[in-house]
Amino acid sequence: MGAGTTKGEALRIRRVRADDMPRVAALDRRVTGVGKAAYWRDIFARYGKRRLRERFFLIAEPAAHGAGKQLLGFIVGEVRAWEFGSAPCGWIFALSVEQGARLRGVGEALLEAIAAEFVKSGVTKVRTMVARSDRLPMLFFRGAGMAAGPYIQLEMDLA
Amino acid sequence: MRLQIASRIAIFALLELAAKPDQQLSVAEIGKKYRISSHHLAKVMKVLGREGLVRSVRGAGGGSQFSGNARRITLLDVVALFENFGSEDDDAGKSGEATDEGRVLRHILDEIDDISRATFGSITIATMLKLLERQRKNHRGRASGGN
Repeated sequence: MGAGTTKGEALRIRRVRADDMPRVAALDRRVTGVGKAAYWRDIFARYGKRRLRERFFLIAEPAAHGAGKQLLGFIVGEVRAWEFGSAPCGWIFALSVEQGARLRGVGEALLEAIAAEFVKSGVTKVRTMVARSDRLPMLFFRGAGMAAGPYIQLEMDLA
Repeated sequence: MRLQIASRIAIFALLELAAKPDQQLSVAEIGKKYRISSHHLAKVMKVLGREGLVRSVRGAGGGSQFSGNARRITLLDVVALFENFGSEDDDAGKSGEATDEGRVLRHILDEIDDISRATFGSITIATMLKLLERQRKNHRGRASGGN
């Protein structure tokens, strides 16, 4: 996939493998406070193993040999076509960076890597969705150059 | 969406100072670029100084210098010093506010305020500087005939 550096630390970004998934789920649980083992098994089955030309599940780890199986972060996204009337574009729906690894360029490296994959797939736009109250992701994506798109998410209670 | 003049002045001043964090700029220099009176600018700089965002350097060649963290200060932090995004008190005394229609309208206005607050709160001074650089790069590209 790719190599990069993050403030002096060599980083490897690669596609997820089955043996990464326990650490992916554990990182997600630490960050969100919610355990979702079945959800991550399903995500791996769909985004880690199928339609790999348009689905990307990438992880970031230190490039140094002997760094152990340390997972610094992950990003998941895919090319979606014609949803909500939109021409095909890349969508990022999960991004997480280990707390101790933040502010070291890991998130930026993951975003850059998935954006490169989207471009190779033939799309020229990437979108994501962030809860208004989620300040950290909002600051991150804005800082990366993203701006509000032409859609508004609407919702209503059903019960 | 319009910002009050003091908020605009504050944002412009912070962008100028944060772009050159090791330098001091005078009120006159900043005022000249944005066509802002020294009087207005000085009042705004006083507020920014009180919040620790800028510091004054006295003496010959003195001026103001950026003293905040550009990666942490958001546009909301700045704008909130000079205006608020609305509260229930805004409707106090306005006709209709105690009616169902007034409450439904308030709900819509609150939604707009929430979106504005989230947008301003997600853009730091550092991000603004990046946006500026990108815009200038695009202008240079167009000026040189590139695409």
